Amino acid sequence: MGVGKSINRVDAIEKVTGTAKYVEDMLPSNALIAKVLHSTIANGIVKSINIEEALKMPGVETILTCFDVPDVLYATSGHPLSLDPNHPDVKDKLILSKRVRYYGDDIAAVVADNALNAQKALEKIVVEYEEYEPLLTPQAAINNKISLHEQCPSNELSRMDFEIKDGEVDFYKGKFSDDPYIAGREDLKGTYFSVPPVHACHIENNSCFAYMEGKKMIVVTCNQVPHTLRRNVAEAIEMPIGDVKIIKPYLGGGFGNKQDTMYEPVAAFLSKKLGGRCVAILLTREETFVNTRTRHGMDIYASVEVDENGKIKRKGLKLNSNGGSYGTHRHSITAYAVTNFFELYPSGEIQIGESSTAYTNLPSAGALRGYGIPQIDFAMESQMDDIAMEKGWDPIDFRKKNIMKLGFRDPFDKFYVKSNGLEECIDKGRELIDWDKKRKEYDQFNKTSKDIKKGVGMAIFCYKTGVYPIQLENAACRMVLNEDGSIQVQIGATELGQGSDTVFAQMASEILTIPESKIHVISTQDTDITPYDSGAYASRQSYVTGGAVKKTALLMKEKIIGKAAAIAKISIDDLTIENENIIIGKTKEIICSIGNVATLINFINDSSQTEHITAETTYTCLSNCFAFGASFVDLEVDVPIGKIKISKIISLNDSGKILNPQLARGQVHGGVAMAVGYAIGEQLLFDSKTGKPLNNNLLDYKIPTSMDIPEMESHFVETYEPTGPYGNKALGEPPLIPQAPAIRNAVLHATGVSIYKLPMSPQNLVHEFIKAGLIEDGRE
Amino acid sequence: MIKVIRMTVNGKLEELGIDERECLTDTLRNRLGLLSVKKGCEAGECGACTVLIDGKAKNSCVYLTVWAENKEIITVEGIRGKSGNLHPVQQAFVDEAAIQCGFCTPGLILTGVELVNSGKKYTREELRTLISGHLCRCTGYENILHALEKVVGK
Amino acid sequence: MYDIKTVLKATSVQEALKLLGDNEDATIIDGGTDVLIRMKERKLKNATLISIQDIGELYGVTILENGDILIGPGTNFTDIEENSIIQKHIPVLGYACSQVGSPQIRNIATIGGNICNGAVSADSVPSLLALDAILEISSPDDTRLIPIRQFHTGPGKTILKKQKELLTKIIIPKDSYENHGANYIKFGQRNAMEISTLGCAVNLSLSDDKKTIEDYRIAFGVASSTPIRCPFLEEKVRGMDIGEELFKTIRREVLHEVNPRDSWRASKELRIQLIKELSRRATKQAILNAGGTV
Repeated sequence: MGVGKSINRVDAIEKVTGTAKYVEDMLPSNALIAKVLHSTIANGIVKSINIEEALKMPGVETILTCFDVPDVLYATSGHPLSLDPNHPDVKDKLILSKRVRYYGDDIAAVVADNALNAQKALEKIVVEYEEYEPLLTPQAAINNKISLHEQCPSNELSRMDFEIKDGEVDFYKGKFSDDPYIAGREDLKGTYFSVPPVHACHIENNSCFAYMEGKKMIVVTCNQVPHTLRRNVAEAIEMPIGDVKIIKPYLGGGFGNKQDTMYEPVAAFLSKKLGGRCVAILLTREETFVNTRTRHGMDIYASVEVDENGKIKRKGLKLNSNGGSYGTHRHSITAYAVTNFFELYPSGEIQIGESSTAYTNLPSAGALRGYGIPQIDFAMESQMDDIAMEKGWDPIDFRKKNIMKLGFRDPFDKFYVKSNGLEECIDKGRELIDWDKKRKEYDQFNKTSKDIKKGVGMAIFCYKTGVYPIQLENAACRMVLNEDGSIQVQIGATELGQGSDTVFAQMASEILTIPESKIHVISTQDTDITPYDSGAYASRQSYVTGGAVKKTALLMKEKIIGKAAAIAKISIDDLTIENENIIIGKTKEIICSIGNVATLINFINDSSQTEHITAETTYTCLSNCFAFGASFVDLEVDVPIGKIKISKIISLNDSGKILNPQLARGQVHGGVAMAVGYAIGEQLLFDSKTGKPLNNNLLDYKIPTSMDIPEMESHFVETYEPTGPYGNKALGEPPLIPQAPAIRNAVLHATGVSIYKLPMSPQNLVHEFIKAGLIEDGRE
Repeated sequence: MIKVIRMTVNGKLEELGIDERECLTDTLRNRLGLLSVKKGCEAGECGACTVLIDGKAKNSCVYLTVWAENKEIITVEGIRGKSGNLHPVQQAFVDEAAIQCGFCTPGLILTGVELVNSGKKYTREELRTLISGHLCRCTGYENILHALEKVVGK
Repeated sequence: MYDIKTVLKATSVQEALKLLGDNEDATIIDGGTDVLIRMKERKLKNATLISIQDIGELYGVTILENGDILIGPGTNFTDIEENSIIQKHIPVLGYACSQVGSPQIRNIATIGGNICNGAVSADSVPSLLALDAILEISSPDDTRLIPIRQFHTGPGKTILKKQKELLTKIIIPKDSYENHGANYIKFGQRNAMEISTLGCAVNLSLSDDKKTIEDYRIAFGVASSTPIRCPFLEEKVRGMDIGEELFKTIRREVLHEVNPRDSWRASKELRIQLIKELSRRATKQAILNAGGTV
């Protein structure tokens, strides 16, 4: 076995038999339940809270309010500690807040014997507010006289503005504006695109519980980055890091929304106040929508100018991002987006990017599969098709003249592109969807068909793997050899459904020849035991943690061979491992099995030989690389009712060497499906006057059902990325990225109508079709 | 108020004291330790809490336990063969990689079991309709459909 | 755990009516998919529930001697959809029931609950309206029959007297389905697990030569503050020949009798467009179902 093969998931049996334990499955039966009181205004101050009546309610243990919490601001982003003073975490959160910053902010918490009693008590709390006007957009918030956070008077959390000249980036400090002129230049007028906030909608809600054993605070939670979480919790509740232990069991999906610190500090704080009793905060679906994180809504002004040969000459971008009420990832997501615009199509004489992240009175925006790139790719790739249409060019040929090529040096992170299968993805997709024939055929069809219009469209993307050099990229791995020749693999990297535990087993197997069935990847992270890892984000784990697994497996192999050589008195240079046996390389003569070595060395009564064979290493990744891909979409639009019916999506990805084709295809399917939701249906809605969330449930928030997902095909263009531990690069997030613009471009082909706003829901499409005259007598 | 009710759960007759405010999800999880029954919305929208009640897939979160009197309940814990072998639907989910995070999996498998028990065969399009009460955010349903086609496909 | 004071189980209509009279502020619960959600949303607290799930006489579909079809309000959507009488005589209702929520919901939610809940988006109601269903309403001392057109009085409001009455029968008259063709279109953004953005049901009959509309009934969900019929349009359409003029008339005239709302769920602009388009489509399909051609 080993990498490149479609082995079954290592956790498959646990999951199909229902024995896989998630947070709530580990909850002690005597746990107390905490319910958080959420503000019913979006912007203001809690003047007073009366808990008198609430305290008298049955089952109530305690009630703590924003007037009872330590005045310690803490960070919530799931980033590793940055020693670089230019990249500090944003510390802007209190456990409960007097300053209300969004509709639903946490202002008090009731602890009771059960959820219903906690809820009933919550309803008895009387809050008096001083209310300010809700500032829901960057335009409204930036430079408003009311500041959301004292330390950020302008409400502009961060900016990144630059000009790229001769491949070098010149940073400057620009100014917020919402006009279409990039950097105020008349010659760089951008086309306006807008994308709304959306939600991850993992099926397991965010939940956690905390209790104390002696002086140790134990927090069990569904979090993608347990080691970072430990630091944030320790800071928030003012305990030493070593006194806090995070346990992360199986996760019911995360997609980035479980990267941040959520209610763990609140649960730990409440537990501490109750002498260490177990306190659980199990968010409802409605809370998960509002009180966790969203994908940033963005206003994008994109300007691209081309010459007659189809080469891009000038590029300008202005990107105003709605960061919501707390800073979490500060500007990282917006910065990722703005820079990507100059990476996928790097050509151009003038390249100017301006970007801003604003504090507003909406729920906090954070990481979500794709980290800003789905937003910018929608604008960028839509614009490419608009230009191609205007000029009468084939959209694919136009793209191919301008795409990033092998050897490209990323101006921002200053690494060179060493593998690039983008062009092959495009060519293969063109053939598989029968692009040239269908484009013509549908043009003919659409001439006579009034209600139903058909189109094919495509879009491409590039996406970085991990976050070097912006942040530290390291991971540790420990392997323990058992006397049956099996091993335990301990990693701080987290399985959240993407299949990382399985590919880690394959990676170890590749080197040690031990079959995956004998490689026990410990899925549960326990920060007291588990070696450090920065966790699951940026599609980094197979690339970075994979490096740690490989390094540790090599060390383990060396140790096993070393011990075998000592026993057999053969030079280590002559030995190698094959099929779980230590053999003489030249003659293939078997010396003994790995299990024999482990047993002998573990139990031999000889102080110079006895050893419990373990291996542990830390791997620091000092590289980055781009994953690439393309999407091709075949669809029809039912014009009078504004409904898109996608017949097929073909997703092509260059994620380097594919470690497990079957699981990799699963990542593509999931990414495509999530993107179909982003493209045609999903949007978090808020009352424009009050900021109150309107559709925070699974009926009104339209994540796709099985009947909304088209047939899909997944193809890999396998390149070999020399910096990846096994030639691999990012896969988890990328497949989501190009779907929305590919669908949009197919709608453009079908109807001739350019859409500039997501989602392409019936409401928005009918509006656009009426405007374009496609729906006759629309307003009669 | 505490009430005593009798129901058959995974083939075993249970006599339980329950709080009449409980929904079946609570009872199965908290009183019988059947933790495969997951909570994703508690409003009958996500399907993670699906169990079979007298052979029919229902959302246990919007089903009062008092209604389960004399009913036969099946959860994923109750579908393995006598020797512990996986049910064909479970095996198909394993083989087709129809699982990612695993949170929607037990509910979907039970809908699969309901389909197997119907004795009928289904087209892929019919299967799309029949599993539409289960939200899955990881798989795009693609491999789930493959798995079900393998067991009950036409 | 739901905020329930007590659950009282009735096993007969008489018992349910007695419990209703004896328990002030009690709420009838059958499948529970609406009532329990209201409790979860804290719109209904400390509830006394009268469960009618075990009332056998409220369940099932039968065809009466006179050809009328009797549907027990306690019949769940799956059972209606799969019922052979429904499939044979009023497939439009079976289809409408198949559009509710999800398979698991349809396995428990009942048609009676769908009607009594009073929701303007109730999936079964437009078809029942277009079929001129008769509702039997029972109280301890009386039983009355009323046309479903008089049942809904406002958003979430019905003529049912809260502490007194129970919906006990749904009757589809024979002359509503005999020689008729019908069609229901539900529009939702998603193709499953959806609350109707707009629902349109058409039930019609054609002349012997299949060229002229004889009977025409059109009903909408979510086009006004209650599910509605469009009597003026119906009057206009009866007697019209099948052809472009017919569809133009429908598209034009239908707007006079609807009053769709602008809400965050859907804009008025979308709803108006849907009303026009779905009326046309549902009528077309109903004509085909009645044996006509378009």
